[in-house]
Amino acid sequence: MAWFRKEKKPRAPRPQRLEIPADAWEKCEACGHTDIREKFIRNLNVCPECDYHRRIRAIDYVNVLLDDGSWEEVLGDIRSVDPLSFPDYQARLKKARTVAGEYDAILTAAGTLAEAPVNVGAMDFAFMGGSMGSVVGEKIARLGQRSLERKHPLIIVSASGGARMQEGVLSLMQMGKVAAVLSQLAERRIPYISILTNPTTGGVSASYAMLGDAIIAEPGAVIGFAGPRVIKQTLGQDLPEGFQTAEFLLDHGMLDLVVHRRDLKQTVGRLLRHMSGKPAATGWAAS
Amino acid sequence: MASTPTLEFERPIAELEKQIDELKRLADDQKLPVASDIAPLEQRLQSLRQQVYRNLTPLQRVQVARSSKRPFTLDYIRLCFTDFIELHGDRAFREDAAIVGGWARLDGETIMVIGHQRGRDTKENLKRNFGMPHPEGYRKALRLMKLAEKFHVPVLTMIDTPGAWAGLGAEERGQSEAIARNLFEMSRLETPILATVIGEGGSGGALALGIADRVLMMENAIYSVITVEGCAAILWKDGKSPEMRERAATALRITAPDLLENKVIDDIVPEPLGGAHANHVSAAQTLRDVLIKHLDELRRIKPDKLVRRRREKFLKMGQFLA
Ligand SMILES: [Zn+2]
Repeated sequence: MAWFRKEKKPRAPRPQRLEIPADAWEKCEACGHTDIREKFIRNLNVCPECDYHRRIRAIDYVNVLLDDGSWEEVLGDIRSVDPLSFPDYQARLKKARTVAGEYDAILTAAGTLAEAPVNVGAMDFAFMGGSMGSVVGEKIARLGQRSLERKHPLIIVSASGGARMQEGVLSLMQMGKVAAVLSQLAERRIPYISILTNPTTGGVSASYAMLGDAIIAEPGAVIGFAGPRVIKQTLGQDLPEGFQTAEFLLDHGMLDLVVHRRDLKQTVGRLLRHMSGKPAATGWAAS
Repeated sequence: MASTPTLEFERPIAELEKQIDELKRLADDQKLPVASDIAPLEQRLQSLRQQVYRNLTPLQRVQVARSSKRPFTLDYIRLCFTDFIELHGDRAFREDAAIVGGWARLDGETIMVIGHQRGRDTKENLKRNFGMPHPEGYRKALRLMKLAEKFHVPVLTMIDTPGAWAGLGAEERGQSEAIARNLFEMSRLETPILATVIGEGGSGGALALGIADRVLMMENAIYSVITVEGCAAILWKDGKSPEMRERAATALRITAPDLLENKVIDDIVPEPLGGAHANHVSAAQTLRDVLIKHLDELRRIKPDKLVRRRREKFLKMGQFLA
């Protein structure tokens, strides 16, 4: 996993070129705005034109939240097995590891956020749709355990279509496993912040995603228990505009805040300082 | 109950039952001594049931678990407990009849019983929403659990749902939060919790009553992360054909022996020959005895130790390489 630790330096600006190669252009999925990739990346992959929050990887969220050079991956060697001998599961896992990485659908890291130590679990939609199987449950449980032992706040960034079918009811039980850890954190008054990104549905939304001491979502993220397609099917009609978006959930009292990606770190930092009885950080208190 | 359709693989049983019934009626009407004719038929019925139920495929188990002839929560409440007083409402939005609950007595001792409730006919299913709760149902369940904890009374849950309801209102009122809250609160409830999957244990909607010190399953019940139809539709683009449904039912490992093997449940409650629907009274009697046994053991454990063990139990679930 050494390549994570090496990638912490901010990207050096590319040397000026006369011609921009075709693959350096990217297009916003929402408004169609086309720009050079660098510009999207500099903007944390939020469209400069319409503010659409594009999907980013687990490592990107860890970099967004944690201080540069402060973090390292922890619990990185827990691997999925195929407990039910489920058709094609081994092949899917192999493919996901190639496409997404070895860390399964969650990257777990320990580092500092505005110099305060925290533990972060960031889910990765690129790994089998961010599905939660035994490994995701176990990594969150152990990360929570680490938070308990060190009294460091826990942050989980969710991005998931739900439980991983291929591990059957064992995946379902991970919801109970994580709830068991979170109830311990609550008793010991260790803050837990839940960040919901696009999408957060199914078993993940019905467990740790909705149990934060603060629940924050990125703008436009689709959040719900049942996926929009399933509801459309049961209803037999189209869903109302904006149904199950972060803004819809905020309106219905299910979230504390909808926060732009560029403000995520500061917002979480301020919340954690309130919950830990620390004074406001310099430069943060004014706004 | 006669109006509900017979399961395909139970047709030979149903036909033999009909034959015996007719013979008995004939004997009654014409005062004929037919005992000697009936005895061998009943023997055959017995062995036919044995044969069919010993060889159920996973998909057939799904059909049995969902059968509307099976005893439901309120049937078990009537047959296993006494002195039941149903309590209603979540005190926030409304009453949800897809979950029932209230005070009752098991072997004379007060318990709080909470379970999903399905309907046998269209009218009742409209009221019960086919046993698929809205958030209010889960919040009512949690309210009753807290009430039980307050008065040091154990909680007995009965799981029997295709899943939590997927609809506009359910989403608006926080289906996810309601389920998540139950998982969280059940992880720290300081009173014994004993859960039994009596029919279909469908996904998060089932688990919201399923964080317990002991989890039991009726012999022909199922417990799954997704419906076999949903699984087959997602993986093989075909949630309808019997072949693909059978494939999903087999792959998901949803039967009671599967779950015992994977250490998700603690005990299997045997059903009478031909399934719980063949004899409600006998099924309930067995369940009652098993509940008494487990509850006796749980009552001896101090609340804080119960909670610690309950958490440890769920923390151990899952399989991985570390
Ligand atoms: Zn755009």
